[in-house]
Amino acid sequence: MNKITSLADLKRIKEQVHSKIRMRENSDNADTLVQIKVGMATCGIASGAKETMTYFIEETEHQAIDAVVTQTGCMGYCYAEPTVEVTLPGQEPVVFGFVNKAKAREIIDRYIIKGEMIDGMIPVTYKTIDE
Amino acid sequence: MSEYNTQILICGGTGCQASESEEIGKSFRELIGELGLEDEVQVVVTGCFGFCEKGPIVKMMPDKTFYVHVTPADTEEILKEHVVKGRQIERLLYKDPKTKQPVSDSQHMDFYKKQLRIALRNCGFIDPENIDEYIARDGYMALGKCLSEMTPEQVIEEVKKSGLRGRGGGGFPTGLKWEITAKVPGDKKYVVCNADEGDPGAFMDRSILEGDPHSVIEAMAINAYCTGSDHGLVYIRAEYPLAVARLKTALKQAREYGLLGKGILGADFNFDIEIRYGAGAFVCGEETALIHSMEGLRGEPTFKPPFPSEHGYYGKPTNVNNVETYANIPVIINKGADWFASIGTEKSKGTKVFALAGAINNVGLIEVPMGTTLREVIYDIGGGIKGGKQFKAVQTGGPSGGMLTSEFLDTPIDYDNLLAAGSMMGSGGMIVLDESDCMVAMAKFYLEFTLEESCGKCSPCRIGNKRLYEILEKITEGKGEDADIERLKILSHVIKDTSLCGLGQTSPNPVLSSINYFINEYDAHVKDHRCPAGQCKALLRYEVVEDKCTGCTLCFRNCPVGAITGERRAVHYIDQSLCIKCGVCFDKCKFDAIVMV
Amino acid sequence: MEMINLKIDNKPVVVKKGTTILEAAKSIGIHIPTLCYMKLDDLNIENKPGGCRICVVEVKGRKNLAPACCTEATDGMEISSHTIRAINARRTVMELILSDHPSDCLVCPKSGKCDLQDLAQDLGIREIHYKGEQSVYREDTSPAIIREINKCILCRRCEMMCNEVQTVGVLSAINRGFYAVVAPAFEMNLDHSVCTYCGQCVAVCPTGALTEVDQTAAVVRALYDPSKTVVVQTAPAVRAALGEEFGMEPGTLVTGKLVAALRRLGFDHVFDTDFAADLTIMEEGAEILNRLKRHLEGDKTVKLPILTSCCPAWVKFFEHQFPDLKEIPSTARSPQQMFGSIAKSYFAEKLNKKREDLVVVSIMPCVAKKYECGRDEFSVNGNPDVDYAITTRELASLIKISNISFSSLPNEEFDQPLGESSGAGVIFGTTGGVIEAAVRTAYEVYTGKELSKVDFHELRGMDGIRRATIDFGGLPLNIGIAHGLGNARTLLEEIRAGKSEYHAIEIMSCPGGCIGGGGQPYHHGNADILKKRQMAIYREDSNKAIRKSHENPYIISLYREYLGEPMSHKAHELLHTKYFDRS
Repeated sequence: MNKITSLADLKRIKEQVHSKIRMRENSDNADTLVQIKVGMATCGIASGAKETMTYFIEETEHQAIDAVVTQTGCMGYCYAEPTVEVTLPGQEPVVFGFVNKAKAREIIDRYIIKGEMIDGMIPVTYKTIDE
Repeated sequence: MSEYNTQILICGGTGCQASESEEIGKSFRELIGELGLEDEVQVVVTGCFGFCEKGPIVKMMPDKTFYVHVTPADTEEILKEHVVKGRQIERLLYKDPKTKQPVSDSQHMDFYKKQLRIALRNCGFIDPENIDEYIARDGYMALGKCLSEMTPEQVIEEVKKSGLRGRGGGGFPTGLKWEITAKVPGDKKYVVCNADEGDPGAFMDRSILEGDPHSVIEAMAINAYCTGSDHGLVYIRAEYPLAVARLKTALKQAREYGLLGKGILGADFNFDIEIRYGAGAFVCGEETALIHSMEGLRGEPTFKPPFPSEHGYYGKPTNVNNVETYANIPVIINKGADWFASIGTEKSKGTKVFALAGAINNVGLIEVPMGTTLREVIYDIGGGIKGGKQFKAVQTGGPSGGMLTSEFLDTPIDYDNLLAAGSMMGSGGMIVLDESDCMVAMAKFYLEFTLEESCGKCSPCRIGNKRLYEILEKITEGKGEDADIERLKILSHVIKDTSLCGLGQTSPNPVLSSINYFINEYDAHVKDHRCPAGQCKALLRYEVVEDKCTGCTLCFRNCPVGAITGERRAVHYIDQSLCIKCGVCFDKCKFDAIVMV
Repeated sequence: MEMINLKIDNKPVVVKKGTTILEAAKSIGIHIPTLCYMKLDDLNIENKPGGCRICVVEVKGRKNLAPACCTEATDGMEISSHTIRAINARRTVMELILSDHPSDCLVCPKSGKCDLQDLAQDLGIREIHYKGEQSVYREDTSPAIIREINKCILCRRCEMMCNEVQTVGVLSAINRGFYAVVAPAFEMNLDHSVCTYCGQCVAVCPTGALTEVDQTAAVVRALYDPSKTVVVQTAPAVRAALGEEFGMEPGTLVTGKLVAALRRLGFDHVFDTDFAADLTIMEEGAEILNRLKRHLEGDKTVKLPILTSCCPAWVKFFEHQFPDLKEIPSTARSPQQMFGSIAKSYFAEKLNKKREDLVVVSIMPCVAKKYECGRDEFSVNGNPDVDYAITTRELASLIKISNISFSSLPNEEFDQPLGESSGAGVIFGTTGGVIEAAVRTAYEVYTGKELSKVDFHELRGMDGIRRATIDFGGLPLNIGIAHGLGNARTLLEEIRAGKSEYHAIEIMSCPGGCIGGGGQPYHHGNADILKKRQMAIYREDSNKAIRKSHENPYIISLYREYLGEPMSHKAHELLHTKYFDRS
């Protein structure tokens, strides 16, 4: 283990190790972050939800977006799997269907970063127990 | 660095470890290997979550699903259902005692809603055996800031401005203590961490050392920088093996990173810490007794002044603070004194950690802002009284505190309010009593503790407490006389007035406050020879209600001493001269034919 | 020096900063009662654990009562020493202490001299409102000291003496709470410990918890046994203190009355340990000169400094703690044992009696002497040289039991031949005296010249460690003196480290020397009493016609008739001893 010899050194190490706890830290401040929930029920997984989720995790990390990517159960839109619910801070959740990698990229680039409306939104028909 | 999509946090506090949390972690790791999820799921053993009542606890991240009473057998289901399929396992969820409904995550649990975790900020969040996780949470940044951007005077000023007061019980302003130690001239000074937690049922300090040892190490280093010390000592109970182990690991890692040792963070600052073990004497929590114990002498207090800040370990200026006090320091430096001072009440800033115990649904470790009311703590966080019973009193401050009745439920908790109410903050023990608790017996219980833990040095504490105890014993045995209650009061006041250290000066508090608020119970014991709560065995009688007795012989067959006689299908009788009041007949009778009178 | 102003009971007082409330009150004549507190001025001995809580006073603005003995007075302080609150607290604390104390005062050896009893009386305690369990401990008897620990009130004076002053470390508080008690580690018996029997614990105990083994009954039996000739010797320090037991001023010399009392008690021959002290000087002085001579001749095997060996507690101390240095002390027996040995040989022969027919009793200021006379090497075929050693206090008790009106006794003279002594023998009773006596003789023997002045003021005083250089006709002799075993330890550690600059060192275990012995009338913490006894000793010395041991005519004839010369074979056999490793 190398010695930490200055405050700058310490800050550098912090940046390096921060990812270890980012997921936990972000989930504590979920209200101020982008929340991405990937439907990971059997149907979702069968349609490639796992790859979608991995992509979201890697890409938000890569683009330094403060996002919480979590898995969730079946949202009921089995026809449109993989489905992803995205909640921008202070906004209503929006559900997207058929989210493959390309769609995921579009969601990140246009909806999350720029806030533009894009195709593929599924009208939400239910309330969660949180509400 | 690989990015996990799920982290499984397992509570590794002493309580949860005792209920197999280690096996749970092992099982998770094995199954993750079998299922090929190594790249996606990480298992983190953390410090105490505080919700010990429901342990072992497993928290799923990032969705914060909070599983309670988890067994090693549940791990497979958690992985296959929750992790792989994203389905919560309802039977493992915490159920709200009021609504009886499962609660999906910790954010929505009343237990956590009103808490504000500063001292416990990393407990249940990071892996205490991994210094990187502490650093990732701004760990050692405060030390870095102090060493490179602040003078010792500025740091002390910041601590003073924060309004932080000693969390060990006394409530002495921390910044002022630091300033005194810093100003006393001395070629050698010491920084001591008092981890000799001794209140019955209290485990605040243990949890911090188990869950976040680096925060204490960092704070001690900051103190050393302020006071001009290079030598720290942690006086910890030898009965805290896990805390000791975690602390040792943390010290080792801090040394490897050069955060302890010579020239820390490139500054002209040397500091290291050694561990000293206490042998489980309550009185060694008193700072002069603690110092004597560390010096190899008998653990007994000496008269103050001189205070340790002037004349401490081996006569050198020594700053003694408690674990929880230290744990607040890095946050104060990082977030600023103003931020800290914005939390709490006028004279008590920040938060306080309490060990919630007794007749309460959610037994555990909590941290709330100063000024939170007892009602919020007991009913919201604590989930109310167990078994739907009536609240009777709450004991704060452990054996040195007093009992507070329902009239104080809306009192905001802070040092001065509790003192004014006849109790004290203490180190954070909080024991809730319900209608089935006898107040005379409670006072006796606490006195028994101080009696055992008194060092015996001064006469009022050594003999006075013994005599107090004997009078209480007499009363609970139904042999009390009218004059006894007055005698208890007079003696209590003299003991408080004349004892050498805080132990004796506070030991009669449970007696005085119980007399003050529950004089009726004392009168019932003394005048009517009756224990209203039905706890004092000598005052109890079990009797058979003849109309209800069916002669089933169940009581007869279960009585361990043969005190019950009677023929089948005929009324039974209890021979009072033989009865040992164990209550078995009362519990066994299916017809409510045995009553306690 | 910074001075502060405060008020005690509305009286203004100005004291030095750092003064305690107790001392400040004392300075204006206000007496605050104390119990555990004890201070021996000039001896650097202080006990203030703040444990008994009797001295509590009210301080304006302070939440609880303050113990006057350890609370520092501060500027502007307003103190009330006898408010109803303070008095009630004091009385309640006293009642509590008494509630855990046996109430057998009428038959307690300490009755009438007990600090606890006096204080209970002063506080007007007439009833003990608190009753309950009393702590019960096993009584511990040793050859010299009895521990009746049921009577311990945890004042910790004995512990302070044993640990801080004597550095022996036998007594300390053990157990918790109500069952806390001062005892040897693991509640061992004293005789299994490294206790030296110095008796300083007994000297300071405020109650009857620590007392000497009482041998007065055995002495009375011997006195009334017609088949025995009972010989008594009295140590030098006894005559300077015994009067106190009969209400006389401390420092009153009662040599003549002492002799008269002993005679009336029925002792057949009343002799003086001072005679044996002169004999000790003859042997020890010769040994010093012998070692010095060999040292000056370049003999590397010779051990210096030489240490005195009169004090049995000191001997036991180094046998336990410094066995590696056991070749250094003089091999001369103590005066008590030299007397016993000579009485049962030389004197028995003179009487034409067998040693078994003689009973030798010694009156000592010391409790360790009881242990010393029981050491195996000081007996012949199981018959001890000294049969019984009783303390000054026990002698007072014997005198009272025997209806002797001490103060109206005439002054009488010691019997001969073992009753004559020089002033040098007398000063054995105080710190510095043995070495001064040795110097008086050694100087004249070494230089062959007569001393121009016999008083060596440079060797006197009360400082714990003193040093002086005496010019032996061109040879500067470095003398060290230590009293109190802690001070002795300091000098011994220098020797062990090879850094000692001394040629000879005198060591006495008790602070002040034998005048402050564990068998003396209780000083109750008043160091003035010790100083007055010391002055009395020097007064007795200067009143003597003969001031040097080698000029004592009976010593001269003892050598001529019986021993030959100092360090002769016979002298070795009768007057010297050896030491044992007891570590």
